[in-house]
This record gives sequence, C-alpha cells and structure tokens, in this order.
Amino acid sequence: MTVHSTSPQFKQNAARALNDDQLQKALGNVKQGFIDKRQMAAAKLPEFEALRDAARDIKNHTLEHLDLYLEAYEEKVRSSGGHVHFARNADEARDIILGICRDAGAKTVTKGKSMISEEIGINHHLEANGIRPVETDLGEYIIQLRGELPSHIIAPAVHLNATQVEEDFRRVHTHLDAKRDLSEPVQLLTEARAVLRERFLAADVGITGANFLVAETGTSIIVTNEGNGDLTQILPKTHIVLASIEKLVPTLEDASQLLRVLARSATGQEMSVYTTFSTGPRRSADADGPENYHVVILDNGRSSMLGTSFEEMLRCIRCGACMNHCPVYHAVGGHAYGWVYPGPMGAVLTPSLIGVDKAGHLPNASTFCGRCESVCPVRIPLPKLMRHWREREFERHLTPATVRSGLQLWGFFARRPALYRFATRAAMGVLALAGRQRGRFAWLPMARGWTKYRDFPAPQGETFQARWKRERQGARA
Amino acid sequence: MSVLPLQGRPANPRVGLFVTCLVDLMRPSVGFAAVKLLEDAGCIVDVPVQTCCGQPAYNSGDRGTTRDLAMQVIDAFHGYDYVVAPSGSCAGTIRVHYPELFEEDPNWRAKADALAARTYELTSFLVDVLGVTRVDASFDGPVTYHDSCSGLRELGVQTQPRRLLGSVEGLSLVEMKDSDVCCGFGGTFAVKYSDISGAIVDAKARNVEEAHAPTLLAGDLGCLMNMAGKLTRDGRPIQVRHVAEVLAGMTDEPPIGVAKAPAVK
Amino acid sequence: MSARDDIFANIRRSLGVKGSETIRRQIVADRLERAPKGVIPKRGQVSGEDRIALFKTMVETALATVTEVASPAEVPQSIALFLRNHNLPATLRMGEDPRLQAMPWSETALEIAQGPSEGRDLNAVSHAFGGVAESGTLAMVSGPENPSTLNFLPDNHIVVVSGKDIAGDYESVWNRVRFAYGKGTMPRTVNWITGPSRSGDIEQTLLLGAHGPRRLHVVVVRD
Ligand code: SF4
Repeated sequence: MTVHSTSPQFKQNAARALNDDQLQKALGNVKQGFIDKRQMAAAKLPEFEALRDAARDIKNHTLEHLDLYLEAYEEKVRSSGGHVHFARNADEARDIILGICRDAGAKTVTKGKSMISEEIGINHHLEANGIRPVETDLGEYIIQLRGELPSHIIAPAVHLNATQVEEDFRRVHTHLDAKRDLSEPVQLLTEARAVLRERFLAADVGITGANFLVAETGTSIIVTNEGNGDLTQILPKTHIVLASIEKLVPTLEDASQLLRVLARSATGQEMSVYTTFSTGPRRSADADGPENYHVVILDNGRSSMLGTSFEEMLRCIRCGACMNHCPVYHAVGGHAYGWVYPGPMGAVLTPSLIGVDKAGHLPNASTFCGRCESVCPVRIPLPKLMRHWREREFERHLTPATVRSGLQLWGFFARRPALYRFATRAAMGVLALAGRQRGRFAWLPMARGWTKYRDFPAPQGETFQARWKRERQGARA
Repeated sequence: MSVLPLQGRPANPRVGLFVTCLVDLMRPSVGFAAVKLLEDAGCIVDVPVQTCCGQPAYNSGDRGTTRDLAMQVIDAFHGYDYVVAPSGSCAGTIRVHYPELFEEDPNWRAKADALAARTYELTSFLVDVLGVTRVDASFDGPVTYHDSCSGLRELGVQTQPRRLLGSVEGLSLVEMKDSDVCCGFGGTFAVKYSDISGAIVDAKARNVEEAHAPTLLAGDLGCLMNMAGKLTRDGRPIQVRHVAEVLAGMTDEPPIGVAKAPAVK
Repeated sequence: MSARDDIFANIRRSLGVKGSETIRRQIVADRLERAPKGVIPKRGQVSGEDRIALFKTMVETALATVTEVASPAEVPQSIALFLRNHNLPATLRMGEDPRLQAMPWSETALEIAQGPSEGRDLNAVSHAFGGVAESGTLAMVSGPENPSTLNFLPDNHIVVVSGKDIAGDYESVWNRVRFAYGKGTMPRTVNWITGPSRSGDIEQTLLLGAHGPRRLHVVVVRD
C-alpha cells in the first residue's frame, strides 16, 4: 500500500483549486520566479543544451545496464562499511526502515527532503510505531505541521503564504512567547531554525533521500540549499538513505554532468548550495559523522517500466522544471493531482506507480503544449508519454463512454470523405444560419464545457471544400 | 508525377493545400487566404478531397482511427511537391507524428516519412522553403501575435510569421507578455477539462488585452476560436483573425466570432 | 525469492537480458574504470590569475564573500578582521588540519576551540580540499582535519582555500580525490559548498541562513 490518492477526483480537486484565491495568488510565484531564473541560468552557459543531451545519454546508458550498475554500487557500499537493503514495494521499505530505527533504539528521526519517503508514507508508519519523524526542509516541515502532501517537488509549501505559516507556528510552537513578532518571513525562518536545531541535535536516526547513487564509489548524493540534509545525516548515529533504483549513475563524472543541469533547471542556480557525497559510515579517525550507514533501495513498480516506452520517465532527476512551465499546474497547483508527484512528470509517473485506473485523469489533463518537454533537462518526451497512457486507457476501455462514442461517430464520417463533405456542408449551413445574428453562440448543446467559459464562434457558412469545388473545379470543368 | 528533393525546388511547385478540418468547416476564408499567398509566391495550388489529419483521435489514444485517417491523407497527398497547412498543429501531426504511427509497418512508414518531409506550416513554408521575405498587403494598426504551441515547439514557427507581418504596410507588431504560453485550447481538452481550460484562456485574454493592440493574430484556428470566444464572452473588443488573412490582405470577412454587418438595402 | 533477487530478476527480464552478458559487463566495467568526462563548460577552462578571478566572482555570485591573502601567515589576521568588521565575537572553532594549525593564531586575540561542533559555535574555520572556478564551489572532505559539522552548525563559516587547489571544473577535483584516496574510494563525506545556506520556501522569498551558516567567507591563500 502506498499513500492514499485522490487522483480519481482530479476534476473536483481542480475545481476547488481554481476557486481558492489564496492558492491562485501563491501560484503566481511559480509562474514568475522559476521560469525567468531557469532561462537566465541556461542563457549564461553556452554548453547547456549539450549538457542536456549528455544528461539524457548518461541516464539511458545506466538504465540499459541497471542490473550491473546496481551490483557494482551494492558491492562498493558494502566494502565501505555500509548496508544495502532492497525493497520490492512500499510495505517492504517501511518495514526495513522501521527495523533499522528500532535497532537504533530511535525515539526521534530527522528527515531530509525525499519524495520517495512521501511515496512510501514512512512518516505515518513511524508515528504509528511510536517513533517521531521530523521533517527538516523548511517547506516540508511546514506541510508536516499541516498534515499535507507537498504541492511541488522542490518547493513543497509553494501553495502557502506567510500568514498561514505564522498561524501554524503559533499553533505548534506553544513553548514560545505568544506575543512574539512573526510578521516577517525572516522571523519565521529564524524560529524554524531554532526549533529544528534542537531536533537535529536530539535525533537518533537521520533519513535522507538521494538525488543520485554512484556505482563507481558506492556514494549517495543529496542536493539542498538549506543544509538540512547534511545536519540530518552527520549528527545522528545512524544515517538511512532511501532511494529508488533509477537514481544510479556510473561515475562521479557522470554525476557531475547531471548536477550541472539539475540546479539550473530547478532554481536557476549555477549549483545548489550544498551538494553532498556520502560514502559509508564515519571512518575510524573521523571526529563526526554517522556510525551506521544504510541504503534502502526501492523498486515499487519501476523495474517493470524498463523496456517499455515509460522507461524514459526513469531518467527524471526531479528538478521540477516541467511543472514550473506547465499551464495546467499553474492553474490548479500540485495538490489537485491527488498524489505525491504533480505536474507533467506526475501525470506520466503516477499511473505507472498507482495504476492508470486511478490516475487516468492525469495524462489526459494536458493541452500537449509541449513546454515541459522543451525544458526537461533529461529530455523526457512528456507529452508523448502522456499520449501513451491515453492509448492504454483507450485499449482498456477506460476512456469515458461519451468520449468513445463521440470519437466513433466522428471517425465514421472522417473516414468517408464524400459523406463527410455532404454532412459537414449541411451542418455548417445550419450552424451558420443559426449564428448569423451575433456571429457566435453563447450556448451549444454539444459543447457545454466550451460555452461555459467562452463563446463558440459561428462558421462562415459554406465549407471551404464546397466553395473550392464551386469556384475552381466548377470553373475548370 | 515525381517528388522532388527539397533542395532542387521547382520554380512553380505543386502544392497540395491541407486546408485543415477547422478551416474547412468554420472559416474557409483562411483557406482562400492561404491559396492567395501560395499562388502569389508562384505555387500551383490544388486541394485534394480531405477530411481531418486525425489529431483528435490521436490525442484521445485511438491509434486505430488515427492510422486510418493518416493513410487516407498519405494517399490523397501523394504526388504533390509540397503539402502546406495553415496550421502548425495539423502540419505538426503530419510532420512529426505520422511516422510514429507506422513504427511496425515499414511500407507505410516509408510513405509517412516521405509525406512528413515535404509537409509545412504555411508561414514557415513561405519563408523557409520559398524564401519569401515580403507580402503585398496592408493593414491598419497594431496587432499582437500568439504563438500556437505545436507550431512553435514541434516545427519552430516563431520568426517566420513575424517577419512576414513586418512587411505588411501600416501594420505594427506589439508583443504581448507570454506570447509563447499555451492558450488552453488543447483540442478536446477545452471541453473535457473546461474549468482548467477556462482559467488558462482567461490568463491569455488578460495578456492579450494588456498588449493594447486592437487585433490578435495567430496561425491556428483552434487557438483562435478559443481566444476569440473568450474575448467576446468577456466583452473585450479585440478583433481576432488568422495571420494568413492579414498577410493575404483578405480582411473583408468579419473577425472570428463577429457577425456580418447587415446588408444595407 | 529475496526482494533483492526478485528486483534483479525483474530488471533483467524487462531489459530482455539473458544468457551471456560478457559484452554488457565489459561495457560497464570499462565505463567505471575510465570514467569519461563528458561536456566540460569552457567557462572554467582558464588558468592562472583568470581562474582565481573567475572563482572569486562566482563565489560572490553565490552570495558568499571572498578575500585574498599572500601567504598562510596572513590568514589569522584576515579572519580576525573579518569577524571584527561584522561585529562577531572573537571566537573560532577548527579541526586538526595541519595547514591551519601551522598558522600564527597567537598573533590575534582570537579564542580558538578545537574539534567538531556540537551546535553552539558562532564561528568556525575549515580548510578546503579544493575550489571550482566554474561555479565558485568549495570542495570539502571529511576527517579529523576538517570535521563536517563545522561546515554546517556555526552561524559563520570561514573557508581557507589554497590558490593552487582551485581547479577549473569539478572533474579536476575528482582526479585529485582519486589521487589522494585511491580510485573508487571516497572519504565519508565530500561537501561541495556554493554560497551560504538559504531557503525560498516561504513565499519564494530568498532568505539566508536556513539551517546552515548565514555567512560564508572564503579566504584564498596565494602561496
Ligand atoms: S520530468 Fe524532466 S523537467 Fe520534470 S522533474 Fe523530471 S527531470 Fe525535471
């Protein structure tokens, strides 16, 4: 079992989001900032497009040899004193992590930002077993206080404003002076820093995700701007890395290529502030660092994506650029998608992980404008993959009956040009006549979705083909 | 009839006009504008019997119907030097997606590739293939231009229409904010996810209005109907036309979504 | 079947791998051995003064501060001055790095503490393994010489980097790491640090000092 999904209610979720004024204002931040910053970072690096190609090729190469790179990686982690655990699914991953925490006698667990940990719902599992998980990325911390899922993969709390955060801090940080001033974002940050500093120092286990795993050295890599991932992993006695199988890359050089496109695509930085390469537990002479190092490698359906067209999705490095550039994401935000991964990458990945029967709306809710693909650092053809989901839905008769029968009727005529010309000629004549007065329709029985928000322009009357035949071919004959 | 390689372009190429189903049904004047532009540039234009490129089926996941329609188009447009459509979206379907439809059928794949290689969006054909640098037309006042997604991202249509518009006498181009952002049309998306589509076209309409140009142009009738419908619904007095109408100097017909003035007796 | 075997079997099945894999294994072994470099941006491919100048510019672009001294002996005075200029207490924590130890700290009034941080220090100094001019990045390696906690817990982190250790690109730093630790072997932690800690999580407003240092100050030693 994975985290509960409201993806089947995508339309209702979207409608609610569109009517949420506060959310709509917050989404304006995504539209403005991320896009310009990425554009500027890309423009400053002449090799950016070549690096995107290289990034794509590295990921493809690794996926084609994934079994072998995983073996090499596993061997290296072991020889540097760490432990590797494999989990077929979320259940297994949760139990492995709980087991490690229990062995460590853990009461408090700090966590760096990890989408995989959201995917397997680890927080709930730990809590249910008497262990307190504390999210330490500021955005994740805020949404943990609110009991929400992240609404963006790199900016989890992008849907909130400072006033909402202030309310949450006052509600939860009751040990602090009730009259303190929290009117400025910097005051909120300072408070979170102080509260979380205590948690960092008290934690027994730290759990981080991994942006990459390096086969050459058995290294896990995390990237943060806050430094929370580092405090999560160097202070407690035990460091657990939770990563999915597709995070593998062959070498440090390959990781460096990918890192060159990651931050630029995500936040427009040349490089994130902290890029951390962790290999095994602390060495005997070391003055700090974890004594135990565990890596939990999760499959959860990914190995079955290999060898299919969805293999391309496994290149994803979770930069968030696709959602930052998506008009649908801009309109409804991340929560509407109803599960862990929002935006275009979620529209492709979610059906693979929780089933297209549940997540069928997501690949359909796209205009195929292609802006996501145009910015994806590893060149994932996101619209094409969404279309592949639509094809599977169509094959499995998951496409709504009204759409199917409409398509059938239209297909019947479109396959028969003579009949089509005859029928459309008649239909357009009628429609033009009906719309002659205003030149448009405010309501049409077959297109209520359309006319709810806009008029339907009336046709000019005679079809092009009819007039062409009359004027040109008639004249020639 | 032989198909000529792209380099050795004939002086009077035979062009099959893929008029597109929307132009055929809704706004034939766009088709005639395209014919004029092509003929003025020396092309011999023909319009074989046609229905639709199949994109609605393709984007709905119905590969079977799409393939049938693609074969129909491939057959109908066999034998022209070029195929030109006043739409980046339909030209993109033929150019980019038809070959994908026949991955397991080398025979049809070869035909699809051949058609794809000589299919163009109108303004890109005029500028990139025929080398047209100016048109003989005039238009009064500022216009703003929306980049339709498929043309822009699948075919690289961006500078070509602007270049040609630049040669229209009396016309000035005012760029709107986010001209390259989707208008929210997306074919059946506009009906299936109308709430979201409505929000996206709302943002587009605001950007159009803020450009303060009385006329909005684009190269795809689907997007144009979407934006025109939104602008008239909101009572924003902006005239919406296909770019071909302006380039051909054929702006007698009322703008999209506007009634003909009653005839004076 | 164990979860591990199951996952490997499924990967191989999906990839259509069966029987002899000599060629695949060879390709993988070769790549791990050779570690091909890929695309290296031209920007960092400058040498001498230009490289140091680029490094300093990029450090500042990342919102850190940077200064240059002519020799290791000048480092303590420079750091004391930095702390004074920012009205910071004259305290400083450091590890056992012999390069730092050899510096004349007694010429300053700084109160020096040794060893890893437990989270209550305001100022710390570390010696970098290297720098990368391409992005103004510092490469830090863990060990008793420079405990990792010093990179993250103090409010103000000062990093000393030797001019000759500033490379054009990351790949050059990896070559040095391999030389120092052996091919395929790493210290427990390598930290690339590019600027001070920050967060944009509240209304996308950039604020410095999220969990890590609020200030990052780099001292380039020209020796
Ligand atoms: S799909 Fe591409 S753009 Fe989207 S998050 Fe993944 S890597 Fe980034």
